[in-house]
Parts: sequence; structure tokens; C-alpha cells
Amino acid sequence: MKTLRTALLGGVTAFALAGAAQAEISDNVVKIAVLDDMSGVYADLAGPGSVVAAEMAVEDFGGSVNGVSVEIVSADHQNKADIAANISRQWIDTEQVDVIVDVGNSAAALAVQEVTKSKGKVHLNSTAGTTALTNDQCSPTGIHWTYDTYALANGTGTAMTEEGNKKWYFITADYAFGHSLEENTANAVKAAGGEVVGVSRAPFPNTDFSSYLLQAQASGAQVIGLANAGGDTINSIKQAKEFGITDAGIKLAGMLVFLTDIHALGLETTQGLTITTGWYWDRDDESRAFAKRFAERHEGRMPTMVQAGVYSAIGHYLKAIAEAGTDEGKTVVDQMKSMPVQDMFTDNGTIRADGRMVHDMYLVQVKAPSESSGPWDYYKIVRTIPGDAAFIPLSESTCELVNKS
Amino acid sequence: MVEVLGVPLPALLGQLLLALINGSFYAVLSLGLALIFGLLNIINFAHGAFYMLGAFVAWLLLQHVGIGYWPSLVLAPLVVGAFGMVVERLLLRRLYDLDHLYGLLFTFGLALILEGTFRQIYGISGQPYSIPPALSGGTNLGFMFLPYYRGWVILVSVVMCLATWLIIERTKLGALMRAATENPDLVRAFGVNVGLLVTLTYGFGVALAAFAGVLAAPIYSVNPIMGSHLIIIVFAVVVIGGMGSILGAVVSGFLLGLCEGITRVYWPEASSVVIFVIMAIVLVLRPAGLFGRRA
Amino acid sequence: MRPEGSTGGPAAATAAVVAKDRAPGRTGLWALAALVALLVAPLFVYPVFLAKVLCFALFATAFNLLLGYAGLLSFGHAAFFGFAAYVSAHATKVWGLTPELGILAGTATAAVMGLVFGVIAIRRQGIYFAMVTLALAQMVYFVSLQAPFTHGEDGIQGVPRGHLFGVIDISSNTATYYLALGVFVLGFLVVYRAIHSPFGQVLKAIRENEARAVSLGYDADKYKLLAFVLSATLAGTAGATKALVFQLASLTDVQWQMSGEVVLMTLLGGVGTVLGPMVGATIIVTMQNYLAHVGSITTIVQGVIFVVCVLLFRRGIVGEVQAYLARRRQGGR
Repeated sequence: MKTLRTALLGGVTAFALAGAAQAEISDNVVKIAVLDDMSGVYADLAGPGSVVAAEMAVEDFGGSVNGVSVEIVSADHQNKADIAANISRQWIDTEQVDVIVDVGNSAAALAVQEVTKSKGKVHLNSTAGTTALTNDQCSPTGIHWTYDTYALANGTGTAMTEEGNKKWYFITADYAFGHSLEENTANAVKAAGGEVVGVSRAPFPNTDFSSYLLQAQASGAQVIGLANAGGDTINSIKQAKEFGITDAGIKLAGMLVFLTDIHALGLETTQGLTITTGWYWDRDDESRAFAKRFAERHEGRMPTMVQAGVYSAIGHYLKAIAEAGTDEGKTVVDQMKSMPVQDMFTDNGTIRADGRMVHDMYLVQVKAPSESSGPWDYYKIVRTIPGDAAFIPLSESTCELVNKS
Repeated sequence: MVEVLGVPLPALLGQLLLALINGSFYAVLSLGLALIFGLLNIINFAHGAFYMLGAFVAWLLLQHVGIGYWPSLVLAPLVVGAFGMVVERLLLRRLYDLDHLYGLLFTFGLALILEGTFRQIYGISGQPYSIPPALSGGTNLGFMFLPYYRGWVILVSVVMCLATWLIIERTKLGALMRAATENPDLVRAFGVNVGLLVTLTYGFGVALAAFAGVLAAPIYSVNPIMGSHLIIIVFAVVVIGGMGSILGAVVSGFLLGLCEGITRVYWPEASSVVIFVIMAIVLVLRPAGLFGRRA
Repeated sequence: MRPEGSTGGPAAATAAVVAKDRAPGRTGLWALAALVALLVAPLFVYPVFLAKVLCFALFATAFNLLLGYAGLLSFGHAAFFGFAAYVSAHATKVWGLTPELGILAGTATAAVMGLVFGVIAIRRQGIYFAMVTLALAQMVYFVSLQAPFTHGEDGIQGVPRGHLFGVIDISSNTATYYLALGVFVLGFLVVYRAIHSPFGQVLKAIRENEARAVSLGYDADKYKLLAFVLSATLAGTAGATKALVFQLASLTDVQWQMSGEVVLMTLLGGVGTVLGPMVGATIIVTMQNYLAHVGSITTIVQGVIFVVCVLLFRRGIVGEVQAYLARRRQGGR
């Protein structure tokens, strides 16, 4: 019975499409804009690689949707929110852009969220970590795809504490981002029966973390949580190794570490580090196949979780246009929300009312050099964190779209 | 256990030692700045970029030629210093007769070009660089675990600063440099090639920055922007010390490292601004800086 | 800073002669034409982009008052620009102030900061002054990073443009452009008046020869401080306006790179020329906006412009054009 109904519905949709497709897609083109930091802190983990991922997504979809061609444009927001806002506005107002994807850097991402929201265009964010995208500043046309700081902090905090590492010490980047990472992790740790034995608030940015690392060691903690990112995390890890802290059996937990960071540091320094990731290229055959194709086009570099997220988001977006028969922002996003996400990125993704794409996250541990078969073979998957447990529960979301329904 | 304001004494000693290590980076960098300023009257905004260049050259040597840490400690400063001398000869030289601010603006532009280029080629995540095997590991001092490498950093920085000071104060070359600082025309009249002296000084100052970069490579992230935050702190150090004085640059480098370290123990949130606060206070009380001769 | 170091006198003098040669009516005519062009510009160019250019033009003009006329190179002007943006964004978003009050709040904050910075910084000159302002601005950056109201990396987003004086709706891009234009013209007139007043003359006298100015009985420090505060205040006005135009305030505007950018704009356009900063700001902002599509080379290009300007075009674009016109005029007679 169900199949019959689906078939009928499908038939009706297809019929409707046949008549309306040409007219319903604005300007006879679906224009995808990749906006990211192409030369700064996000350049390696997203940046040009995200453009490659977007191109692959479009090609894999066939280069056109409902007979209308799909184009990609890209730009560098230089980590400046005003440039991000300006480019997005111009794209939408004068260049018929339908969707803006990627957008690393929280300030830039939120600026794009505001612009797309007011213009009714789609924003598929993969690279920014801020939870504001699906809370205070959620948008009916915005979807947050790959991860957020809550999921990373919560995942690592819960999983590591459950594995018997009860005493935590935090080295926190002293600004809003670091504080929220610390708070989210600490809550997860406490909920799992652990305790926080101390915190060092390190100024940001910082190069020398030895002072805080020694304070952490003296506190008798089993885990040092690194509530920081980028260069700060790299320096902390490098120096923890130097001061023999990791060799003494204290575990390091990275709250925001990307595959490219591990690549930069090398396994000798990072082995044993525990982190949460939204995707890893060496997870199954499908992801490996994607990664291999990606690397061939991107200087042999394997995709990061956010680059894979860009691919997945665009694929799903094009599918929704094909289904809905229009590229009107709100309609497409509603269509995306009504369909499960199933591709090489996730088997069981769903998009919630607040725009959060919920999917399984993975707790991984960095391999020792002896366990690795070569460059980019870096993670062991320790456990899978089910999507429902990983992300902020919908009931706690402050998004107005949730409260209304 | 003895405590100082609520912090156990051994822990405090450990923190002070760490602070001294940071201080040695400040000292070596501000020494180079002070040298260049003394003779060229130029504040070298590209100093942080040269520091980054030093670390990167060491990494490139390892990556592409297989040359390790020890040779790099000599080679990288030589390479970067030579580059600095070329820049001085071809470009910077044209600015000496103008307002000194042009030198600042030129070196600022140079810093942007160098950082931008490395960012373009190598990205920003940073490159791996290991501690040399001879210095890996550490020793337990009783109050803290001191990695051998950190001990080496302090030692070699102090030696470097002393050696530079001796060259300037005790050798004929140093005497000429000091004289050229005071009155270049007079020195020229004695038949000394002041131009060459200036080029060598710039090269040496730049090489010092690169040397600090190589020292930093095994313990700090090697990335294109590693110098840009450091340089502003070093500027403040130089202002506090007083630009005229070599000794002032070195002493205030170590001193401010200590101040920053103490702040890290008692009020970590403020440790990023403490040097700037000290700078403001010093400027109000002693506008010429702690070791400066006159305003 | 003098455009040509020790030989800056003649160039400045010819420029003055040129200015005097022109009948006041002709200058007025040019100004009118420029204003008309600015009024109709949004019909042809994207208004938000234009508004951004105007904000940076005012920022650079304020900066030029200090560098071009008082000879003081501040490497910390981002502190005023960026922090005022935060204050105006916070005032309009959280306190619900009207846009003009938001801009005023930002401006006033920048003025107070300028006074504090100025008192400390004018104790030193030349290079020291630059380094001290840089260090002080770095403190402001750290405060902006940590203070809860700035929301760290996220910045203050979704700032309402609201109603001017509580009645005029400025939420459309074009309306916002005209607000920015009004603010810019006002700020520009203030700077123009300051330069062409006795105050401006004394500043120039101090720049050329401080000892002589002091011997004539002028309190050099007081004049420099006043110039610094005025420059900081207007930089704040520019930042506060920008926050309303883009409806956001973020860390970008308080970073030291922003201090470098305003130096670049002024240098490229022409230090010590009235129109130079505007020209420089227009070029740099356009470049940032359109090079964005080419990729990641903006930093390198900016560095190259710096080096080329310092080595070859110290007078900047407007300065070179003025010098060329002056040469032609003299040749023609």
C-alpha cells in the first residue's frame, strides 16, 4: 500500500515537474557559491578543497538538475565578516546565486546566515563551528551540516569519561569560543560521572602552553581537555609531548582538531590524542572511494570532514531541487528536511527543524606511527556516537523555528 | 610546603624557569631589532617575518635536502641573513635619507609579502619539526620536569646575547659600529665603508631573528603567521627597554618574560596584556624607556 | 610625515600655490559636481559596497589628519574604528538606541579612548609613537576578544538599522547608503575645516619644526593631543557607521592588520592631500572585494603596493597628479 502511494505521489510530482520545471528554477540556472577563507586558518581544512568537493558533487549529480545547468562560483572572505556579508549580498542581488555553502569562521558564517535569511536564499554551512547557527540565529533556509562545537565537546567529554578517565583539567582559550567549548565538555564530563579538577584560562592566541600544562599535570588529572583550536591546539600538543606529559600516561583530548592538524603535527607528536570527528575518509568503502577521487584532484590530500560535508550537502540540495521542482530557498530546504540523508557521508542523517543535520559522530584516537600505513592514515575509530546523543537535544534549542512548532 | 601567595614554591620556581625561556626568545629578537635600529634608525617591522623565515628554512632544509637541526641552526640564519642583506642593498638603502617612518612602512609591506607568499604556498596549518634526538627527553629538577631542549634554548640565547654584546663593546668592528651610530659622516671620513657596515648590521640583525626562528621550530608550531603576534610583543619590549641600548634590549627581554610568567601563575587571563600595561606605565614614568639615554 | 622627507617643503608649497590659484568658485563647483555624483552613484553601483567605501574613506581621512598634517604615524587606529563599531552595534541592538545615537555612542567612546591613547603616546615621537600606538591597540584587541558583550569570534550580528531619529526607516540598502554619505560629508567637512584653520597651520608648523613652533609659544603637545583625539573620534564615527551598514561588528576591525590597511589607503592615495585618503580607500576596498573571486593573494598584493608606494610613489596617487598638474601649469606660463 505504502509503495503504491509513494509511486503515485512520485508520478504526480514527476507530472507536475514536467510542466513546471523550466519555469520554476529561477534564471534558468542553479548557482552554487562556495564562500570560504582561502588563505587563512580555514584554508587547509576547507578553503580550496571545499571548492573541489563542490565540483565533485555537481559532476556526480550529472552537472544539471531538471534540465537546468548547475554552476559553481567561489570567493575568499579573508576571514572578514563584512567581506563575507558584502559578497553574499552581491552574489544574491546581482549574480543569481541560489545557495551559499561552506563558510568557515563563525563571524563570517553568522553574517552569511543573516543575509541569506533576509533574502530567502539557502545557506549550507559545513565549516563553521558555532552553535548559534541552529539556535539564536537559526534560519528557515539555513542548514548546519557537518559538526558544531557542542557535538565535538559533548562527544569527546562523554565518551572519554565513560571509558574511565574521570578527572579532567581544561586548558581553555580565554574568549567566548573557548569558554563554550569548556562548558559543553565539562557538562558532559560531569553527566558521565567525572569531575573537573582545574582550569587554566590561557590568553588567545598563545604560543607557550608549558606553564598551563605543568599546572594541569600537578593537578593529578587523567585527561587534559584542550578547549582551543588551530595554532593553540597544535602548540599545546607539541609541548605536552615535549614535557613528557603524554608519555606519563595523561591523555590529551582535542575539542576542535581536524585531520589537517594531525597531518601538520605528525603522528610522533599526536599519537594517542582523542578527538571527535563528523566523518573520516577511511571509514567504509564508499568514503574511501570518494576520498581517493578527491585526493587525485587535490594534490593528494585526503578530504577533511568539512570538505566531505560540502559534498554531501550539495548532493542533498540538488536532490531536493529535483524533487521539489523549484530552487526557491524555503521550499528546497523544507524538501531537504523531509528527506533522509544517505550517502558516503552518513547512512542515517536527518535535518531537524532548527536546521541541524543530525548524523552519527565518531570518537577517534590518533594512531601511533607504527600503526599507520603512511600519510593520511591517522585515525582509529574507537566508537560511534549516535547522532541523537551527539548534538544539542532539540528540546534545548533556542531556535525560534522550534518554539513555534 | 612553602607557599608564595598561595602558590607552592617549587611550582612557582618551575613557572619562573619557563618564563625565562620565553624571555630568551624576546631577548634574542629585541636584540636584533635594537642592533638594526641603532645603526639604520629603522624599526624592522619584518623582524617577525624573518623569524618565521628562519623556522621555515630549517623545515625546508630538512624536508628537501635532509639537513637536520644542528646544521640548520647555522645555515638558516646565514640564508635568511643573506636575503636580508640583498633587500637592504637593493631596496631599503634608498630610504635612508627620508623620514624614518618610510623604513617602517617598507618593512611592514615586506612582512606582508613574505607572510602572504608562505601562506599561499604552504597553507597555515603548520609543518612538523621534531626536537633533535640529542636533546629529546628531559631531567627532573625536583621542582619540575625540564626538557633538555628548553635548557638548551636558555643556554644558547644567553651565550648569543653575551657574544653580541662583547662584539659590540669589545671589538674594533663593534667600536666602528658604535661610532657610525653616533656620527656616520665622521666615520666615513676616516675611510671606513659605512655602507658595508650598515648592510652587515642589517644582515646580522635579521640572522638573529632567523636564529630565534630555528630555536622555536621544534617547540612552537611552524606556520607562516608565527611571527606576526610575537613581533608586537617584542616591539613593546623594545620600547620598555629603550631603543638606544643593546643591554637594555636583552635585559628587558628576559625581565618581561619573567613578568609575563608571574602573571600566568597568578592571573592567567591578564598575561596577554601585562607587557602592554607595563609599557604604558614605563612611558608615563620614564618616556625614554628603562635603559634609554634621552627622550 | 613629510611627503618627500627633508625636501617636502617645496612640494607642499606648490600644492598650496595651486590651491590658491584656483578661484574659490571653481573649487565649489567641483565639490558640487562630486556631491551630485555621490548622490546618484547608488543607481549604478551596489549601494552597500559604496557605503563601505565611504566608511573607509572617512576612516582614512581621519587617519590622514594625523599623519599628513601632524606628522604622527599611528599604527593603532583600528582600535578606535573597531571598538566604536562594537559600541554602536551593542547600543542599537541591545539597548535599542536609534541609529544616530548608536553612532554617537561609538564616536564618544572613540574620543575617550583617543584621549587616553594620546596622553600616553605623544610622549614619544616618530617610530616610537607608531610602536606605542600599535601596542596600545593590541590591548584593545585583547579586551575585545575577551569582553562578553563582543561575543568573541562570533561578533555582534544582526544589528538592526532601525529608524533614523526614530522616524526615517533606513533598513533598505539605498537608505543606508545615504546615511553613510551624510556621515561621511559631515566628517569630511570637519577635517577640511580643521586643516584650513589656524589649528591646522599650527599643526603643520609643529610637523615641520617643532622646536621653532614651541619657541613661538605654541604648546606642541597640546596641539598634537587635540589632533590625535579628533582623528580617533572620526575614526570611531566611521567604524560606528560601518557597524550599521553591515549590521555586524567583528574582530576584523580591531585587529592590527586593519591599522595597517588604513595606513596603506592613505599612503596609496597620497599622504597630506585632502582627496588622497578617499582615493586610496576606494582602491583598496574595491580590490578586496573583487580580488576575492580570484583567490588568496590580497595580502601579497597589499604588501607589494606598500613597498612600491614607499620606494616609488611617496606622494601617492593624488599627490603625483597634483605635482603633475603643477608642473604643467608652470610649464604653460
